[in-house]
Amino acid sequence: MSGLAILGQNVFSGIAIGGVYALLALGIALIYRSTNVTNFAQGDITMLGAYALYILLEQLGLPYPIAFLLAIVVMGIFGWLFQRFVYYPLRNRSFLPVIIATIGAGILFQNVALVVFGSIPRKVNPVFASGGFTVGGVYFDLQYIVILVVTAALFVFQYLFFEHTSLGKKMQATAQDKTMAQLLGIPVALMIAFTFIYSTILGAIGGMLVAPIYFVTNRMGSTLGLKAFAACICGGFGDVRGALIGGIAIGLIEALGAAYIAPVYKDAFPFLLLLVFLLVRPQGIFGEKVSEKA
Amino acid sequence: MKMNLNNPTLREKFKPSALIAIAICLAVVVLFPIVVTSRYIVNLVILAAASGVAALGLTVCLGYTGLLSMAQAVFYSIGSYAVALCTTRMDIGWWGGMFLGLVLAALMGLFLGFASLKVSGRYLAMVTICVQVVFALVLMNWREVTNGADGISGIGRPWLFTELDDAQKFCWFSLAVLFICVLIIWALKTSKLGRSMRAVRENEMAAECLGVNTLRVKVIAFLICGVLGSLGGSLYASGFLYISPDSFVYQNSVDFLSMVLVGGTDSAFGAVIGASILTFLPEALCDLESLYLVIYGCIIIVVIIFMPDGLWGYVDRFMRRFSKKKMLPEVKQALAVGECDCDEVLHIENIGMHFGGLKALDGVDYAVHKGEIHALIGPNGSGKTTCINVISGIYTPTFGKVTFLGEEITGMKPHIIARKGLTRTFQNLRLFSKLSVYENVLVGSQRAGGSEEEIIDRALAAIEFVGLKDVAYEQCRSLPYGHQKLVELARNLAGKPKLLLLDEPAAGLNESEKEMLGDLLIRIHKMGLTMLLVEHDMSLISKLATKCTVLNFGEKIADGDVDEALTDPQVVEAYLGTKEVSEDDA
Repeated sequence: MSGLAILGQNVFSGIAIGGVYALLALGIALIYRSTNVTNFAQGDITMLGAYALYILLEQLGLPYPIAFLLAIVVMGIFGWLFQRFVYYPLRNRSFLPVIIATIGAGILFQNVALVVFGSIPRKVNPVFASGGFTVGGVYFDLQYIVILVVTAALFVFQYLFFEHTSLGKKMQATAQDKTMAQLLGIPVALMIAFTFIYSTILGAIGGMLVAPIYFVTNRMGSTLGLKAFAACICGGFGDVRGALIGGIAIGLIEALGAAYIAPVYKDAFPFLLLLVFLLVRPQGIFGEKVSEKA
Repeated sequence: MKMNLNNPTLREKFKPSALIAIAICLAVVVLFPIVVTSRYIVNLVILAAASGVAALGLTVCLGYTGLLSMAQAVFYSIGSYAVALCTTRMDIGWWGGMFLGLVLAALMGLFLGFASLKVSGRYLAMVTICVQVVFALVLMNWREVTNGADGISGIGRPWLFTELDDAQKFCWFSLAVLFICVLIIWALKTSKLGRSMRAVRENEMAAECLGVNTLRVKVIAFLICGVLGSLGGSLYASGFLYISPDSFVYQNSVDFLSMVLVGGTDSAFGAVIGASILTFLPEALCDLESLYLVIYGCIIIVVIIFMPDGLWGYVDRFMRRFSKKKMLPEVKQALAVGECDCDEVLHIENIGMHFGGLKALDGVDYAVHKGEIHALIGPNGSGKTTCINVISGIYTPTFGKVTFLGEEITGMKPHIIARKGLTRTFQNLRLFSKLSVYENVLVGSQRAGGSEEEIIDRALAAIEFVGLKDVAYEQCRSLPYGHQKLVELARNLAGKPKLLLLDEPAAGLNESEKEMLGDLLIRIHKMGLTMLLVEHDMSLISKLATKCTVLNFGEKIADGDVDEALTDPQVVEAYLGTKEVSEDDA
């Protein structure tokens, strides 16, 4: 394999995995924008999405498209339950108890998954059985291409939905100013519920996309969730465009760091870089204000 | 700490009921390892004690100071590995290893503390997560030192008058360490530093403007957090004689966090209760096999949602219902204000404050003389509050010079300015709302220095002065708005101020409250305190002010006697507009 091909290979897989981080980060960013809540359970929601696909696809033997859609519906309902029982009771408290409640929820999800599925890693088949193809020495795994296509489609959908539908605009209005939205007759609580449902679905789709690449375990969400956070912060918290760029940046950094510096520290590179960012340029790439001073 | 029992706080801290509680705890510590001989339970107790010490670190960091740290397992690992390496590979021994761990953890604590200078809230939490993730990977992969995933076995135990070589002796040692740590952290809460920490948690800016060096407090909080984490880790390593990197990952940091949350973050006892419950619960539930993990997760959520103060919060409230109402110590002295030895108290020369293109202040100068109530007025958006913010050090002006008692204070940090005797109130109340009225005023009183006794005497005098003696032990957030305003005033008066900046003290008060406030301010004025008053209520200004400066669009348009300034045509124009202006607009 030539040096260029190795580089190409790592850039390709980095961007694809980065796409998954971007989906999770988008979910975190949307919830943050509308409720000021930092959802630490997003990674574990991803894990549940992967398990949902596993049950429907591998255990019930449904065809891929039906299993995929059904899993989305199930996770949507789950998103509603999540906001009803974790966010809603704490909606008027400061950011700390809510963060902690989402951490607690994450622990709960992991443990429920452990009880139900045990600690044996589960395998999910990729969307296309044929594997992939090689161009110029770079192997294009079809599952990675599926990830890229789905991520791109979701970001386009996100744009069209928020800018061109009434529901999307109502959700944006709620995110910008809850009181004003309420005065204009927008059902704010419902909009927040929608935001949670949508964000949960985004996370779950992320999980379904990586399920065939990683094994599905109850702990798979921890690292994914933390990297999604890193993506969120790199891109400026709460920024949609930032979530995309941050996600891909994190994906690239870990792929290239693992290939050229040290493979065992693959998971450390994004966090090291983020650490430097937070301490040297805390406002993120796009310059969101970080300091919480008045 | 001076153990002078005439000292009122110490007397209050070590009242008979507290001494009895301490004695009972001590008895448990001494007797437990003698009574319980089951090896299995003894090991669990060691684990609980080690976790408890580490969780106490979070009590200080999260509970007292309000800093969310998700890196407690990093400190825990530092203590563990230091002891493990020093007793197995190097001939330094347990105590040397533990001490080395403390030093390294303190350095790491310093690093996180200074990170809090750059970022706060969720971003600070993210910094700690980054450190945690990277550190865990280093432990796993730096095989030469940590022996990687295989871990280190054969860890030694300390020597304390005798070799603590069996589990029972070491259990006794661990409990003793936990007991001492709890006692220290419990005493810390009501000390000067502890009050400052909780003030930072409740409202950082107000704390800074009352003379609390908030950066120093946060660094110390992380330092204590790290040192306790490391100490706990040292106990853990020697308790189990074997460690491996998978006990020090992000998940473990979350476990420590859960412990303080379940037990209650605001008290040292909370950490112990939480650590005990979360150590013993899995064992108690192990008949349910894997279901216990679900119950464990549920308990954490339920506690957080329904018991924000944790289990100890419940116990505490229950005990308080049955204890008699606390009485405020006797007021020993009258309220005093600071002496100014300089006629010109405050001098502002050509101050400008630009925010990008917005010129909030553009070349303002005026002087406040000794004994004056100097009113600073102007329409909305004229730069009055910006001016107060510049004087108190919250903003560094774009250009110009602020002189306080003949000393230039431009660009100094707010807490340094506050300690010089310049104090301020806020337009939107910034109280330490979960602290009692008394504690709020004590924080304000600390600024003027002196012994704890003097601090208390000044605070009591200030509370008496504003007439809040009856509610002194109430939490501030439970008081009506008018009373809260008085708390803020008392908080400022207790620190022997030389100049008091009042930012709209009458805003939101009803007529009778305004009247009362006016009378209070007159009394303060008669004591010789110089004041700079920003206010919209003209009747209050004419009643109080001796001099007056009028701002409009960041520039001074009038200066001098109140009546003169208020009838100045430019001032009238600024407030009411003129015909020409409205015609121009049309």
